[in-house]
Amino acid sequence: MESVEYSPNTPLEYQSETGRLNILGFWIFLGAEIALFSTLFATYLVLVGRTAGGPGPGELFEISGVLIETFLLLTSSFTCGLAIHYMRNHSLKGLFLWLGITLALGLGFLGFEIYEFVHYIHEGAALTTSAYWSAFFVLVGTHGAHVTMGIAWIILILIQLKQRGLTPDTTRKVFISSLYWHFLDVVWIFIFTAVYLYGMVM
Amino acid sequence: MKLDEFFVTGDPLIYGADVSIALTLIGAIFALTYFKKWKWLWTEWLTTVDHKKLGIMYIIAAVLMLFRGGVDAMLMRAQLTVPDAGFLDANHYNEIFTTHGTIMIIFMAMPFLIGLINVVVPLQIGARDVAYPFLNAVSFWTFFMGAMLFNISFVIGGSPSAGWTSYVPLAGLELSPSVGQNYYLLGLQIAGIGTLLTGINFLVTILKMRVPTMKLMHMPMFTWSSLITMVIIIFAFPVLTVALALMTFDRLFGSHFFTMMDGGMPMLWANLFWIWGHPEVYIVILPAFGMFSEIISTFARKTLFGYKAMVYSMVVIAGLSFLVWVHHFFTMGAGGAVNSFFSITTMLIAVPTGVKIFNWLFTLYKGRIRFTTPMLWSLAFIPNFVIGGVTGVMLAMAAADYQYHNTYFLVAHFHYVLISGTVYACFAGLHFWYPKMFNHRLNERLGKWTFWIFVAGFNLCFFPMYFLGLAGMPRRVYTYGAADGWMNLNVLATMGGVLMGIGFLILVYNIYYSFRYSPRETTGDPWDARTLEWSTPAPVPHYNFAHLPESKGHDAFWIMKQERKQGKTQEKKPYKPIHMPSYSGVPIVMSVFFFIAGFGMVFSWHWMSILGLIGVLATMVIRSFDYDKGFYVSVEEIEEDQKRTTL
Repeated sequence: MESVEYSPNTPLEYQSETGRLNILGFWIFLGAEIALFSTLFATYLVLVGRTAGGPGPGELFEISGVLIETFLLLTSSFTCGLAIHYMRNHSLKGLFLWLGITLALGLGFLGFEIYEFVHYIHEGAALTTSAYWSAFFVLVGTHGAHVTMGIAWIILILIQLKQRGLTPDTTRKVFISSLYWHFLDVVWIFIFTAVYLYGMVM
Repeated sequence: MKLDEFFVTGDPLIYGADVSIALTLIGAIFALTYFKKWKWLWTEWLTTVDHKKLGIMYIIAAVLMLFRGGVDAMLMRAQLTVPDAGFLDANHYNEIFTTHGTIMIIFMAMPFLIGLINVVVPLQIGARDVAYPFLNAVSFWTFFMGAMLFNISFVIGGSPSAGWTSYVPLAGLELSPSVGQNYYLLGLQIAGIGTLLTGINFLVTILKMRVPTMKLMHMPMFTWSSLITMVIIIFAFPVLTVALALMTFDRLFGSHFFTMMDGGMPMLWANLFWIWGHPEVYIVILPAFGMFSEIISTFARKTLFGYKAMVYSMVVIAGLSFLVWVHHFFTMGAGGAVNSFFSITTMLIAVPTGVKIFNWLFTLYKGRIRFTTPMLWSLAFIPNFVIGGVTGVMLAMAAADYQYHNTYFLVAHFHYVLISGTVYACFAGLHFWYPKMFNHRLNERLGKWTFWIFVAGFNLCFFPMYFLGLAGMPRRVYTYGAADGWMNLNVLATMGGVLMGIGFLILVYNIYYSFRYSPRETTGDPWDARTLEWSTPAPVPHYNFAHLPESKGHDAFWIMKQERKQGKTQEKKPYKPIHMPSYSGVPIVMSVFFFIAGFGMVFSWHWMSILGLIGVLATMVIRSFDYDKGFYVSVEEIEEDQKRTTL
């Protein structure tokens, strides 16, 4: 029974009270996520070098795998942006295409990350090896778990898009999940710098 | 695992608890069946998303937890009254002070305040519900299930015994091998989810759901204090989430964050814990400040003195609260420069707090004071809290802290701030807003008995502890020798504790007595109060406001009443259907799955925790596919409700 007139320039996801409230609430949630990752980063940086005689990051990190992961995730953020662009232009097809590509890139990222983790464990660096590796696996693993959640979440939203098309409700969900996806990208940039680059020059 | 390892055995106190828990459960099930109330319980309460009902459930849970934490306190006092007492052994005593502290902070103070915030804040800002009613129910039920998980530890598996701060290595696997510490980690983790969601929910509610005419600087002070509290929650609770998760990994999966070996760093835990823990004490004190502001202003019949100064001082307190955490462990040896920095930031907090104290005093100045029960609690708060605050500044001096650290001086200090701040506020707020929740007032005569006995008992209990601390009595010891000379003051403290217990019992009796005999409210404004929650009729309709009220400045309802006295009448506008959210069973089911997952992790039964987590995810998927749009309250129903309104 909402009888407010919206200008045609107002995106669909902002055309309902629920939409506006949920988007704002999600931004605030991301603020809490920043606090969460900051704590993990602080923990990591405090424990850097505490390898207890075991392998250190400099010996195990390889630039090529990390660069591929970075490339996949950063590109997925770009395609996610394109998906929103097509959504704003009311193109369900474009939205599906680019969200699909985003998911594929995200899955690729996860694949490489899992491969990387298995490799480290194989080389004798696991969660239980030393404080350093505990911090590494929990920080990078928390990010990876977030990516996994994001992929599952976006798949659920794609099903709902298929069922309902572009409505204020479904576009809101797409938009919020895109905020989440970009946020994971930002966190990765910090991981790339503080964990991998720093680890390799140590 | 054998059955006698699963259940706690061998202590008559525990058997007594087993029997009383079983009897209470059987009694509740019998009563619900006999009076055919199961359906009512489910449809009206367990599935509700109404902020008023959720608030009431928060408060009921908090009062139960106050009882549990209070019993712990009485047991401790009983053990410490005379030297070399044999009432509790060392381990049992350790468990009791751990659960006492954890329950009182996490499962009593916070839910009591969040309960009052739930009931009052949407009404104060003229909203019909919170921004996310569904999430609000999730918040409540995760808190409740977290609290239950923590509480069953004392009959199943054994309680945590490393103190509410859970310092490692004591709380680590080597020195605390039992499952008790796991209960602490999982119980707090699950309840913490709810608190974070509350933080987001009420921040958005206060920012976006106010009546359009209410400016930020016209909001009631309790709403302001809630807003600032929510910001602290949003930035502090993720730190706790991480700290708890890391210790859980250490204990369950063999990582080395806080261990003594393989590069772990025990002091990292202390830092992370207090980076959350110090803001936490402001999370439980700022809403209390807000309540005292409302109550003092109402019963002094004056607008709050220094409104802007009140707001800014809370903002400053919130900022400083993140910069003082090291003062909890000055003796760790961080060095002179670090200790000096945190010493100074700690002392700085006294400045905005002092501003607030003077503002309350100036609000009282030349006011026409009515000594109602809520006002008495607020008036007692001021001198008692100042004692707690001044001794806090003494503790803030790093060099002197080497003397006070880990003594009863500290115990006395934080009970003086937490009880005379938070607990007095909970009691004041409960008496003050009780008619909004239950449509009748608590009996004033019994309320005053509670007040005088509790306040006398409180001071008798905790003031001697300052001197016990100066005489060298350390905290967290289960007994002492006669030669120490601490008995006389301990006897006084125990007498005070008994008085506080009696005060609490009178409060409980008052709830029963008032339910039976108090006259029902007719006006919705029993105290001649000033803010918008009092403009709602009695009982408050589930949609709160038939017409959204207008806010013309500070104390919006007071202005409305003045205008009415001058003969200005508002034109009758026609009612419109009101949109409200639907109730949902998903939050409680989701939280039960959280409980199952947590219980599985406590005992490392991974099949059970995976099952629980799958359940949690499944309920989230169900929620994601739920496009329920709520319903509309019809004009007829609104008109029927408004006939009851006398204003």
